[in-house]
Amino acid sequence: MTFPIIRTLDRGASIFLVLLAAFTIAVPVLNLLVPATSSLHVSTYLIALFGKYVCYALLALSIDLIWGYAGILSLGHGAFFALGGYAMGMYLMRQIGTRGVYADPIRPDFMVFLNWPELPVYWWGFQSFPYAMVMVFLAPGLLAFVFGWFAFRSRVTGVYLSIITQALTFALMLGFFRNNFGFGGNNGLTDFKDILGFNIQATGTRNALFVISCIALGLGFLICRFIVTSKFGKVLIAIRDAESRTRFLGYRVESYKLFVFTLSACMAGVAGALYVPQVGIINPGEFAPANSIEAVIWVAVGGRGTLTGAVLGALVVNYGKTYFTTGMLAPYWLFVLGGMFVLVTLFLPRGIIGTLQHGLQARKLRSAAAAAEAGADLEPDPALLTPAIAPARPTPASRPAPATRPAE
Amino acid sequence: MTERSTSAMLYLNGINVSFDGFRALNNLSFAIEPGEMRAIIGPNGAGKTTMMDVVTGKTRPDSGDAVFDGVHNLTKLDETEIAGLGIGRKFQKPTVFDFHTIEDNILLALKDDRSTRGTLFAKETAEASARITGILDIVRLKGVRDRLAGSLAHGQKQWLEIGMLLAQEPKLLLVDEPVAGMTDVETRQTAELLKEINRERTVVVVEHDMTFVRDLGVKVTCLHEGSVLAEGTIDDVSQNDRVVEVYLGR
Amino acid sequence: MMSHLYGRAVSFTCVAFVFAVGLLVAVATPVFAGPYEDALTGFTTDSFGDTDTAISGIAASGNPLAATVVEALRDGRLMFSAGGKTVFFKDKTEKLFDAATGQPAAVTPPDLAPVRLNNRLRRSVDAAIGGLTLLSPNSAIRLGAAQSVFRSRDATVLSVLDQAIAAEKEARIKRALTQARAAVILNQEDAKEADKIDAVAAIRERGDQDALQLLGSLPASSSATVKKAASDAIASMQSQLAIWTALQNTWYGLSLGSVLLLAAIGLAITFGVMGVINMAHGEMVMLGAYVTFIVQDLIRTHNPALFDYSLAMAIPLAFFITGAVGVGIERSVIRYLYGRPLETLLATWGISLILQQAIRTAFGPTNREVGSPSWMSGAFEVGQLTITYNRMWIIVFTFLVFIALLGLLRFTRMGLEMRAVTQNRQMAAAMGIKTARVDALTFGLGSGIAGIAGVALSQIDNVSPNLGQSYIIDSFMVVVFGGVGNLWGTLVGALSLGIANKFLEPFAGAVLAKIAILVIIILFIQKRPRGLFALKGRSVEA
Repeated sequence: MTFPIIRTLDRGASIFLVLLAAFTIAVPVLNLLVPATSSLHVSTYLIALFGKYVCYALLALSIDLIWGYAGILSLGHGAFFALGGYAMGMYLMRQIGTRGVYADPIRPDFMVFLNWPELPVYWWGFQSFPYAMVMVFLAPGLLAFVFGWFAFRSRVTGVYLSIITQALTFALMLGFFRNNFGFGGNNGLTDFKDILGFNIQATGTRNALFVISCIALGLGFLICRFIVTSKFGKVLIAIRDAESRTRFLGYRVESYKLFVFTLSACMAGVAGALYVPQVGIINPGEFAPANSIEAVIWVAVGGRGTLTGAVLGALVVNYGKTYFTTGMLAPYWLFVLGGMFVLVTLFLPRGIIGTLQHGLQARKLRSAAAAAEAGADLEPDPALLTPAIAPARPTPASRPAPATRPAE
Repeated sequence: MTERSTSAMLYLNGINVSFDGFRALNNLSFAIEPGEMRAIIGPNGAGKTTMMDVVTGKTRPDSGDAVFDGVHNLTKLDETEIAGLGIGRKFQKPTVFDFHTIEDNILLALKDDRSTRGTLFAKETAEASARITGILDIVRLKGVRDRLAGSLAHGQKQWLEIGMLLAQEPKLLLVDEPVAGMTDVETRQTAELLKEINRERTVVVVEHDMTFVRDLGVKVTCLHEGSVLAEGTIDDVSQNDRVVEVYLGR
Repeated sequence: MMSHLYGRAVSFTCVAFVFAVGLLVAVATPVFAGPYEDALTGFTTDSFGDTDTAISGIAASGNPLAATVVEALRDGRLMFSAGGKTVFFKDKTEKLFDAATGQPAAVTPPDLAPVRLNNRLRRSVDAAIGGLTLLSPNSAIRLGAAQSVFRSRDATVLSVLDQAIAAEKEARIKRALTQARAAVILNQEDAKEADKIDAVAAIRERGDQDALQLLGSLPASSSATVKKAASDAIASMQSQLAIWTALQNTWYGLSLGSVLLLAAIGLAITFGVMGVINMAHGEMVMLGAYVTFIVQDLIRTHNPALFDYSLAMAIPLAFFITGAVGVGIERSVIRYLYGRPLETLLATWGISLILQQAIRTAFGPTNREVGSPSWMSGAFEVGQLTITYNRMWIIVFTFLVFIALLGLLRFTRMGLEMRAVTQNRQMAAAMGIKTARVDALTFGLGSGIAGIAGVALSQIDNVSPNLGQSYIIDSFMVVVFGGVGNLWGTLVGALSLGIANKFLEPFAGAVLAKIAILVIIILFIQKRPRGLFALKGRSVEA
């Protein structure tokens, strides 16, 4: 298993993994070993912040896998992220035990407050860490599987799928806001004390969570990389560009989509599960449709159809968000974010990494053409390059989509 | 195994299809024998493409039977299952995977394990590579195997799609307007290619180009308003008064 | 709640009317001592018992001033002078009149004090007013009096009631009087059993919640036969009430559906007809609502008299302003993204963020106050249905917009060109239609309609920068559910979703009903991916 994964790494992917490894080691070292007085010291606050970014990057990766490669634009991936987060949050709630305000050994505070006589069935077992970890995969995975099974079999594609994924996360948000759903209602789950016996606020724990998040991101990257470079990945791209043609070739399109959608949901769930102990809270706001669509823009900025681009996009946009929203510029952040949506779709459709790759290949081709000028029948054709996305491709779902349109 | 209900490779009986009140196919019936090549002609709107849609599972007929290879009822199956049975289709508008290389286009079409697990752990084999080279040789695209399919000229895309059909190794090929947009030379070459393919496989060709149909020299079925107007040799059909009236013109 | 308010409003008008009539009559009537004057003195002793007797005496006296006096008593305007043994009443302008003569009081006694009431006396007062107004020449007052007797079940007015029933010419009031009489009889211990059975039948005819309550709370002394008749009547009324409840739910559903339709109808143009996913559609609605706010704000500061016309002024303004914003968005962003629906979705989401934040910066994040013109406030009743004017006008408005849009698409040059461009762009261009202009105008039209939807929604929803967000998902659901590219589908989709929602609410609660609807649509789309009124055939795959 390891061997084929290593084999799929090209130069870009190797550089990415090396950088990630360096980051994973350097940040805790600069936090733990460099004295706080040094300008190189990384504060514990920053560790939690970086850890959050890394979780977002994993979420972006999961979105890129289905959007960039299979053409499935999910506007509800935040739901899977949040479900993973709630699974972790439920474990953390059970760990509080008698240290809660009401000191009930079994029931979390909000249940005591609401006069629930006993723990509901779906909370059972969450005191066990392995069980909670299984649920981190299972809850989002199962939802994605059931949802995808219905959607892909009925050939719901394109914007229709996007809209119903958005409705899905919206419905979940409404539900989780209700107290009688048993997930803490409005306030969500918070006031966590410890994880696996370690104090969740301790510097050591924060460093460990950061490192684990980085490892999860690395593993996620390798899995995605393995998938997209396999023949399976080629089928995905075929589905993205000509779904019906792929069907006529004898591929069971819905199985491919379902597999990759479910896998992607599990990845999002893991990202959410790692996110919760680092930010210390999970509430229904994570299900908000705006969150999901914001995660999509990370991928678009970085370059969809390029895995490194998804990661880069998540980091860049979230750094920008932190920078803006913590200063005097806070009221302008939504203008920046909104402008980013518009400008990236209009002027940078390949995203940062996609555009770089495109430029690099163009240069390579030009020099190759120059070298082989005599007798070469290959003229440098812009269409030879590997664009990350298909530009003007009408989606079958948009009924009367004007197919072609002269540039004015 | 179920007993064959017919000796024909493809047997259509009383197929009706209507869209929003418009009858695209009207009690259409005909049969294609194994190893046969059949040319289907007819004016626009005669139902040629809809017939192919029914055979390949894209459209469900309102009534009627479509039996493949004597045992498979095509009206109950979907596109994937029908493709798996060995029916390949080339579309009227050439449809290839623009963002895959020509080699990968053929690779995706190669008769092979189509399951998710199969493709996830598929290894590149020398044998597959040799098959791809062989097919590219036939469709004259060997020199450009690493180019993106989207960069091909229209005629080359038609050939690539025929190459993909070959790679599928189907029992029955449905070829919709294979020579549209081709030069005379290419048209003649395509006719030769199809005849070559026909040695091992059953072929149904839909085409408007009468010279090309004459070149093929096979039995011709003329459709009109969703049913068969005439059937026979090209000479018989082209002298049929009704065919002249509705299609060929005087 | 509504009926209660309504009842109060009615009784208020009758009071005012009776008071005026009473004054006029009083001026013209000669004065002589009699039962009325005798009864009046009962008010001067400051004893609740004497006051009660006085009320009955006044009510039975037949004196034209009686109603005026009793009402003054109820409103605390009846005064007495213990020293002079005289009684006065004040009118609404605090002017003092002699209760015995109805003439303005010559002098104001120094020991003037109001006649006091307790709860028991208030009931007597109400009953007396009921009896006094039963014979009023004004039909609205008689009806109100009948209703009040129905509720008070006061046996003392029985004779007046009989008199009123005999004299009544209007069938509607006669029915109300008969029901009032039945209510009184049912609560009378000594009434004949046959009369009680008849009374049950009369009340059953009434069929509302009040009737149910009355029959459900019969005196324990009632005979078994009467009780049986009452319980039968209750059962039959309950099934009738269930029908009324269903009608009420349908009305609420229609109202919600029309709101959904209003929000979705612009989307049916941009998404349904053009195939453009406009996630900023909700913000167009929001802009329309803010236009209403600005118009009302200007009217308030410049010419408050025009307030009732504020919506009429806001509608065209909102249409043109949001339409212009729509054209701007189409020209600057969307036209570069045709044929790329997912990119369009993202870009327009970005626009929606920008618009929200722009409004937040300009007007602040809190709700802005948008008022309702007088003709949109209040309610009326049809049978057991309470219909509020604002909901009713919104429904009417929605259908007018729908019909106008349908007409525009079908009968105008622009509609023809729009349909031509969406069906076959190349051919339309070849026929000399300026497709770029048609695109911009079509998008502008969809946005403009969203704008006037905003004007209407400002009447029933909070006007805040987030207004649009709450409608966007619902609107898409409606369009997708109804079938893309079909205005009738949008109509049916919106109304059926609205009604389904209101019928689910009593069982599941508002939030769960909404979730259930979303889940049902999700399942439905998977069954019929192209909605209720889907197009089939070649055009679909284009």
